[in-house]
Amino acid sequence: MPKTLVQEFTKGLWQELPPFRLVLGLCPTLGVTTSMENGLGMGIATTFVLVGSNLLISMLRSMIPPKVRIACFIIIIAAFVTIVELLMQAYTYPLYLKLGVFIPLIVVNCIVLGRAEAFAYKNKVSLSMADGMGIGLGFTMALGALGAVRELLGHGSVTVWGDFSYNLSASFPSFQPFSFMVQAPGAFICLGLMLCLINAVGD
Amino acid sequence: MNEMVKMVVVLTVLSSVAGGVLAAVNKGTASQIEAQQLTFVKGPAIEAILAGSSINPIQNRVKISDGDVERSFFVGKFDGKTNTIAFEEFGKGFGGDIGVMIGVNLDSDQLVGAAVTVHTETPGLGAKAKDDPSLVSQFKGLSVKEPAKVTKDGGKITSISGATITSRAVCDAVAKAMASYQKMKPQLQQEIQKVGK
Repeated sequence: MPKTLVQEFTKGLWQELPPFRLVLGLCPTLGVTTSMENGLGMGIATTFVLVGSNLLISMLRSMIPPKVRIACFIIIIAAFVTIVELLMQAYTYPLYLKLGVFIPLIVVNCIVLGRAEAFAYKNKVSLSMADGMGIGLGFTMALGALGAVRELLGHGSVTVWGDFSYNLSASFPSFQPFSFMVQAPGAFICLGLMLCLINAVGD
Repeated sequence: MNEMVKMVVVLTVLSSVAGGVLAAVNKGTASQIEAQQLTFVKGPAIEAILAGSSINPIQNRVKISDGDVERSFFVGKFDGKTNTIAFEEFGKGFGGDIGVMIGVNLDSDQLVGAAVTVHTETPGLGAKAKDDPSLVSQFKGLSVKEPAKVTKDGGKITSISGATITSRAVCDAVAKAMASYQKMKPQLQQEIQKVGK
């Protein structure tokens, strides 16, 4: 049964929430979520690539020969990633410096290639766009949430975007930040606890 | 056979279009990226090298073409004399290009300082070239005619332990910068006098 646009969009927000439900795209999930701003920035960059590549692949799907489809996907995805990289360098340079190598690595992010192969190559343009936006938004939220938890516990404060921030130490003066949370092991433990929570809530 | 041709055509067309689009985006964002790098990467390095200049080196920069490339020289003014410039040169490091900004005094032909701008070296080892001033500070006072080499290669610069390739790359960048400085000095002297006024 064909699904509606809304269904394709909302499935990325919970049922197929990339890092938590599908457990895909863990490299940037673990690597960049040292702060909420990094997580959101990475998520937005990935969303742009995802929507762009889904749109183009869906439009060109009748022209791409099946035997070289992966090569074609990679060209399209790599082009979008390079555009994002240049735009970030031009307009959000400090964020670009912080995300560093993870931006070019979006090329090999299995969420992007996965959506191209599993969805955009087989579906209409409108559905593919909805799918890309949903999955991208879900990824952004997941990275933002993970980044927020790690930043809050690791630094005692969280900067949502720009100057808007919340300071935990002000509300609980006895709270001591544990920097373990912003280091690599903290990422694994935090992700594990998040997965545990999400599975406990279920469908 | 037909399928084969189609595959080649599709891939070729796709690659060419992607290449064209990227070239356009690259061109469109180039000036904006240069401005951002001046603020966030080169800016701090230039300020460290030309600290105490009475004019702003970033605003008072001159562009001189050196062969095919156009170089930016950042001009500093000390004690009423416009005699110090800073410019960037690159060396091949362990993880890619390393950018080194060097400052030269045109009167004494001596280096007034050096600083690493961009690099992709290993954190904790090669990245020390930027974070730890012990390597770049050794270039201060060096004459442009002296060789910029690490002690292992018969020079005077003590390399960072565990990061010989990085240290060599920094020396290489400085040596290249010295060479182009010597070649371009007459032109430079003319250009910076205009800035001084």
